[in-house]
Amino acid sequence: MARVILEGLRKTYPNGFKAIHGVDVTIEEGEFLVLVGPSGCGKSTLLRMIAGLESITEGQLRIGDRVVNNLEPSERDIAMVFQNYALYPHMSVYKNMAYGLKIMGLPKSEIEERVKKAAAILELTDEQLTRKPRQLSGGQRQRVAMGRAIVREPSVFLFDEPLSNLDAKLRVQMRLEIKSLQANLGITSIYVTHDQVEAMTLGQRLMVLNAGNVEQLGTPIELYQKPASLFVAGFIGSPAMNFAEAKIDETGENITISGQAALPLGNGGMPEYSNKNVILGVRPEHLELVADDPDAVPMTVAMVEQLGADTLVHGHFGESRSNLTVRLDGIRNVKSGEVLAIRVTPDHLHIFDPDSERRLEGN
Amino acid sequence: MVENRPLLTFFSHIMLILGVVMIAFPIWIMFVAASHPETRMTQVPLPLLPGGFFFENLDIALNKGLSGQSGEGVARMLFNSLLMALMIAVGKIVISLLSAFAIVYFRFPFRMFFFWMIFITLMLPVEVRILPTYEVVANLGMLDSYWGLSIPLIASATATFMFRQVFLTIPDELLEAARIDGAGPMRFFWDILVPMSRTNIAALFVILFIYGWNQYLWPLLITSEPQMYTVVMGIKQMLEAAEQAPEWNVIMMTALLAMLPPICVVIFMQSLFVRGLTETEK
Repeated sequence: MARVILEGLRKTYPNGFKAIHGVDVTIEEGEFLVLVGPSGCGKSTLLRMIAGLESITEGQLRIGDRVVNNLEPSERDIAMVFQNYALYPHMSVYKNMAYGLKIMGLPKSEIEERVKKAAAILELTDEQLTRKPRQLSGGQRQRVAMGRAIVREPSVFLFDEPLSNLDAKLRVQMRLEIKSLQANLGITSIYVTHDQVEAMTLGQRLMVLNAGNVEQLGTPIELYQKPASLFVAGFIGSPAMNFAEAKIDETGENITISGQAALPLGNGGMPEYSNKNVILGVRPEHLELVADDPDAVPMTVAMVEQLGADTLVHGHFGESRSNLTVRLDGIRNVKSGEVLAIRVTPDHLHIFDPDSERRLEGN
Repeated sequence: MVENRPLLTFFSHIMLILGVVMIAFPIWIMFVAASHPETRMTQVPLPLLPGGFFFENLDIALNKGLSGQSGEGVARMLFNSLLMALMIAVGKIVISLLSAFAIVYFRFPFRMFFFWMIFITLMLPVEVRILPTYEVVANLGMLDSYWGLSIPLIASATATFMFRQVFLTIPDELLEAARIDGAGPMRFFWDILVPMSRTNIAALFVILFIYGWNQYLWPLLITSEPQMYTVVMGIKQMLEAAEQAPEWNVIMMTALLAMLPPICVVIFMQSLFVRGLTETEK
């Protein structure tokens, strides 16, 4: 268990491509941090820099009380779980787990003890320990990969999209297992994923990366409730947040969407941004159907998706072309072409600057 | 494909049987000739059924050799051939494994240049470079030695290239996992790469062993002592023996013996051989 401190970490490839533009974060002992972002955002690169598989161009990386910039991966006291498991195909499960310990030079009896312990935690049977990786299912291979990480008893676990090769059902199950395992072992963990559900459910804190920049760092709920930028707002939440161009009126108390409906901003409005063009964001689940409300906005339905638990209604604002998705509870009988009256409470409005794409907050 | 056309089946079997007969008949004749006494082989028509002198001929071939020659049997030649073929096969595999490892896993200056250098030597068979090679080997004092027989044939672009392709299919994550496990380069090579290329090594061993065993021109050039003769060149020299009629029974027995080791290698390593050339799962 150790604290991991990243200070101004940068990565520039020899061809001049800048993959990471400076990351500062302190990951506390026993914390579960998730790096999340679309593919190519640099999240895997950052993880590999922490692992020592990629060199660090600039900045300092500390694990525990050591600066590990120039240490070999095996000297950093970390263990890593790879997306495709990276099990040695010619070794039995037992040997796969024992290989690192053997190189460390541990006595046979201790190796056996540690492997047996890890196998017990992961519910791998003795019979499975003698098998070759290719005789195991995807989920079992993933367990072995985690076992190989556990036996090292590292200070830090690194996970590189460990669940993306599994089918959806198994993914949910393994997600829970990883979460409880990490909670029980209390080992500092850094987890890379592009799946925002995984990110939200696993992480104590999330770091959203976009094109090598940190967009936001915070708890899952902070990211959901107060996304710091347009990118985070669009990335976290499914279906994605609705955006529309809007303008705050001169009093700063109302916001007008595409010159059509005006909505009250509430909470004293945003007088400092009066007459400003902004981007308004609303999550699909925060739009509600109303029968009769003066603040309601008309919505023309284009398409309906029935999910059973929810109904997703896609359409657009009145006459405008801005797309809008609404998530309604349960099964609703909505047909395309229908016009619905929808409403949102001021608390659920997210307002962003169209130029800087950062979040704007009233006073 | 499931087809039921009796005529097609019949014809295809006829063709296959004909093919087998064409290949097997000379070998049969060889076996028959090796089992008759010397005098029988000079009479027409030649026998088509085996005679009763197989073991006598075996004894002559192995221990005595042709009458009127050095009195050296082919046992020594077989041993020489075996040692040379093994040295060539093992040497080639070791060298090419190491050079492929260097080319695939290390970044050093002129890496691609060296790769192409190795690759270009594919265009230069032994026969083309035989004179300069002879000169070098002679200057090094390796004439009439096992080293002289094997070392010049050990460098192998084909095998290097093949191992390079094999290594390229091994996912990078395995290297990374090994680095995290603390394995150094040679440890990774020995613990991960070599076992993972096991079937390819076996397949190459079969090919290279036969290549080494069948070497003719090079041993002919480099050996002058009968002690160092190999069996393949030995057969040729038996045919040229003095003015007397060739002793076909002994010559055929020698040829039979010369065929044996390659056949054994192929038979015993066949399953590995096939897997090595076809297996893609890593």
